[in-house]
Amino acid sequence: MKKSISCEQAVQMIPDGASVMIGGFMGVGSPHRLIAELVRQGKRDLTVMCNDAGRQDYGVAKLISAKLVRKLIATHIGLNPEAGRQMIAGEMEVELSPQGTFAERIRAGGFGLGGVLTLTGLGTLVAENKQTVDVNGTTYLLETPLRADFALIGAHRADYRGNLEYSLTARNFNVVMATAGAIAIAEPEIIVPVGVIPPDMVATPFVCIKYIVERANSNGR
Amino acid sequence: MDDKVIIAKRVALELKHGDLVNLGIGLPTSVPNYLAHGVEVFFQSENGIVGLASSPGDGMENMSLTDAGGGFVGAIPGAASIDSTMSFGLIRGGHLDLTVLGGLEVDELGHLANWMIPGKMVPGMGGAMDLVTGAKRVIVAMTHTAKGKPKILKRCTLPLTSTRRVSLIVTEMAVIEPTEAGLVLRELAEGVTVEQVVAATQATLIIPGHVPVMELN
Repeated sequence: MKKSISCEQAVQMIPDGASVMIGGFMGVGSPHRLIAELVRQGKRDLTVMCNDAGRQDYGVAKLISAKLVRKLIATHIGLNPEAGRQMIAGEMEVELSPQGTFAERIRAGGFGLGGVLTLTGLGTLVAENKQTVDVNGTTYLLETPLRADFALIGAHRADYRGNLEYSLTARNFNVVMATAGAIAIAEPEIIVPVGVIPPDMVATPFVCIKYIVERANSNGR
Repeated sequence: MDDKVIIAKRVALELKHGDLVNLGIGLPTSVPNYLAHGVEVFFQSENGIVGLASSPGDGMENMSLTDAGGGFVGAIPGAASIDSTMSFGLIRGGHLDLTVLGGLEVDELGHLANWMIPGKMVPGMGGAMDLVTGAKRVIVAMTHTAKGKPKILKRCTLPLTSTRRVSLIVTEMAVIEPTEAGLVLRELAEGVTVEQVVAATQATLIIPGHVPVMELN
């Protein structure tokens, strides 16, 4: 099976109403071409799971400004005033999760675990309507796994198989999200032949990645 | 001296050689400016790096090297890139020595509220709940009052960040330590009296016989 596809083809696979995990932290490490293509194709009623709401029309902020997001699951929306406005106006549902809990919920989803037991959020608004579990005398909050129909991953380099390497703080949620989407699509900055990325440098093994987004300018596109 | 400088200089004394430290946005980010010579501290940024350094300057930024607010930063030799699960594994797993965070309210139980004002400001908690719950020590660095209104209260009125008792409160007026017995007044800023602190604090303070003057770095 051919693993590389155009950005347009990748987004055509995503139906209206889909749940989509999007890597990145304040837009750093986000798959920006896929986000722009989602806007261009006008995919609607998306459930987006991303650390934040982006900022200044950067990262997932583009999807929110275009009113394509029905529900956002995130940890922080403070740098995107439009996200706050849509939340307060009831135009977009927002579920806030503590950042460490958010990461572990995705990990639970991607690693086949039934949930996360954590002290974070216990006794706060976050714990409302959630179960607690006692383990050896300590009470933990039970947080449920997150999975999505698609995971859109921003990477530094991909080889033809789909092994991924990341750069500095652009790594963030991409690594864990690549395990938790039914279909994970990687948007690398650079594509290299198999073997160029040494096995020790591979942060996401190729088996997690279903498609690689081709370069924008190949074949004149 | 500016209130925020007093707070940052006092907090800087709490950072010990070799500590792994996470600084919240705002006031806490100025603390590294006042570290004593020879004290080497490692800064973690929860978006994914251990060994954060100040920005290398205009024209030298790397688009993939930012702090948690998205601002460009640098990295020390020997820094490590980490993904979000490792980042919060460090925070929640007891590997982080200290976090310094701003505060909206702190109460007699040592509970901190700093992530939302219902109906007004709902930015989300980001990593704050994990940091307050998981770091070995939590220091709240904040002005003593907000436009004259006490921020150190009998009970927080805003939604809590965590039910974990914070380790220390540093303001421009005083250093206060939350303990099992209540809030203990540990230090007074130069020129500030016990009576002034009591008047600016809604919570009941436990006042030892001798309260030393706050040292600054």
